[in-house]
Amino acid sequence: MKTVYVDNAATTAMSDRAIEAMTPYLKGVYGNPSSLHSVGQTAKEALDSARARIAKCINCEPREIYFTSGGSEADNQAIRSAAANGARKGKKHIITTVFEHHAVLHPLKKLEKEGFEVTYLDVHSNGLITAEEVAAAIRPDTALVTVMFANNEIGTIQPIAEIGKICRERGVIFHTDAVQAVGHVPVDCAALKVDMLSLSAHKFHGAKGVGALYVRRGVPLQTFVEGGAQERGKRAGTENLAGIASMAAALEEACEKMQAVSAKERELRDRLIDGLLKIPHSRLNGDRESRLPSNVNMCFEGIEGESLLLLLDAKGICASSGSACTSGSLDPSHVLLALGLPHEVAHGSLRLSLSSENTREDVEIILREVPKVVEYLRGISPVWEKLEKGEAPHLI
Amino acid sequence: MALYSEKVMDHFTNPRNVGKIENADGVGEVGNAKCGDIMKIYLKIENGIIADVKFNTFGCGSAIASSSMATELIKGKPIEEALALTNKAVAEALDGLPAHKMHCSVLAEEAIRAAIKDYYDKNGISYDKSEFPEPHDEDEHFAEED
Repeated sequence: MKTVYVDNAATTAMSDRAIEAMTPYLKGVYGNPSSLHSVGQTAKEALDSARARIAKCINCEPREIYFTSGGSEADNQAIRSAAANGARKGKKHIITTVFEHHAVLHPLKKLEKEGFEVTYLDVHSNGLITAEEVAAAIRPDTALVTVMFANNEIGTIQPIAEIGKICRERGVIFHTDAVQAVGHVPVDCAALKVDMLSLSAHKFHGAKGVGALYVRRGVPLQTFVEGGAQERGKRAGTENLAGIASMAAALEEACEKMQAVSAKERELRDRLIDGLLKIPHSRLNGDRESRLPSNVNMCFEGIEGESLLLLLDAKGICASSGSACTSGSLDPSHVLLALGLPHEVAHGSLRLSLSSENTREDVEIILREVPKVVEYLRGISPVWEKLEKGEAPHLI
Repeated sequence: MALYSEKVMDHFTNPRNVGKIENADGVGEVGNAKCGDIMKIYLKIENGIIADVKFNTFGCGSAIASSSMATELIKGKPIEEALALTNKAVAEALDGLPAHKMHCSVLAEEAIRAAIKDYYDKNGISYDKSEFPEPHDEDEHFAEED
C-alpha cells in the first residue's frame, strides 16, 4: 500500500540535500566550534557559513541569528526576553492572538501568573486578524506584540508587514512565530519590520531538534541558557552543528524552489479543497486566499476526527485533526474554537498539509478515501442520525 | 508502542453489533457531542435475556471499540449480568485503554445501564433507583488544565 503523507505541518521528511549537508559533521568534522585548534576551527567555519546562509534566506545579518533547539525554544526565549526587558521599564502588557501555538500561549500564561497582563486578540471567522486591531490594543505599557505568521492548523497568513509597521512606529517590540512560514512563503525580516522571528528546521525538510531565533540588531536579548559564550552569550551549549548545517541547506533549497513548489502545492491544495467540499455538510476552515499553499483544513459534521484519522491511516493516508481525542484532552483545538466553530463541529476536523513530495495521485487517493470514511462514520453516528432526521439543526 | 492495543484496533476497524434495532425493547443514549462522544445502545430482550444488541457511536477509536466490546460482552446474557458489567471489565477485555481514554469505557457501561433502565420503564418493571444513577456529567472533563 502506498503511504500518502499529508502531515507536513507536523514534520517533513528530510531532503537529500539536508542529509548530505549534515553527514560531514556526524562523520569527520567532529570538532567543537569553541575550540582554538584547527579541528575546532573547521567546525567554527561551518557554523559561521550556515549562519550566513540562513541570514541571507530571510534577509538579515548573520549576527542577528541565534541558533536554538527548535521553534518552541525560540518562541520561549523571545517572549521571556521581551517580557523581562519590558518589566525593567515598567511595561508589563503583551498583545497576542487567541490562536497562537502553545509554545507562545503557555509562556504567556506563565507570565500572567507573574503579574503581566496579556491581551488575546480574537481572530475573525476566516482565521485572520487585522493590523488595526493590533494598533488599537497597543498601550503605553505594551512590552511586546507576538502574532504568528501562519497558523499551524488552518494555515492562515496574518498581515505581518502591516503589524510590523505599526509596532515600529509605536516603538513596541514585535515577535512572530514563523515556524510554518519560513521556507514556504517569502520571509524578509527587514521588509516585514519584525524585531524577533522564530523558525524551525524540520518544518522545511531539515533535521529535527534545531531552529533559530532572529533578533534585530539593537533589540536586547536575554540569555536563555546560562553556561557558555556560544550564540554571543545568549544561548549556552555546544552547537548542534550537524543539525544547523542541515537547516542551512534545507532553507536554501526551500527558498530556491519556493515558487515552483508553492505553485504545485497550491494546485493540489485547491483540488483537495474543491473535492472535499463536495461532501455534504463540510466546510473549509480558514481564509481561502490568505493561506499557506500547503494547508487544507476541513470539518465534516456528525463525525469525530480521531476515528477519521485512524481509518485513513489504515488506507495509508497520514493526516492530522484538531479533535479533542488527538490532543490528549477532551477539548477540541483552540484554533478551531477561536474561529467560532461549535465544539461538536470542531471535533470533526481534518488537516492535510502538503509538501513538494505530494502528487496528483495522492490527491486522487485522498479524494477517493475520505468521502468513503466520512460516509461510514456518519452511518454509525447517532449525531448524524439526529441531523438527518431533522431532530437537530445542521450547523454547517 | 501504538496508542491502542491490537484488540482496540480490531474492534474499532471491525466493530461487532454495529447498527440499530427497529422497535427495540430498550434504548440508551449517553454522552454529548460537545465532548466528542455519544453512544447509543439498542436492546432486544427475550425472557430476561439480551437476545440482541446493536450500537451507534459518535466518537474516537476507543469509543467505538468500547461500544463494540461492551455489546459483545452482554449479548446472550441475562439482564442481571449486563447490569453487572463494569467499565473496567470493558477496558480489560480490550487489553487496556490509554488513561485519558478510560471515560470511553465508562460511557459504554452507562449506555447499557441507560438502555436497560429504558426497558424497565417501558415495561413497568420496578427497580432500585439507586442502581441507576444519572450518567455523570462529562462537563467535568472541561476542568482547567492547571
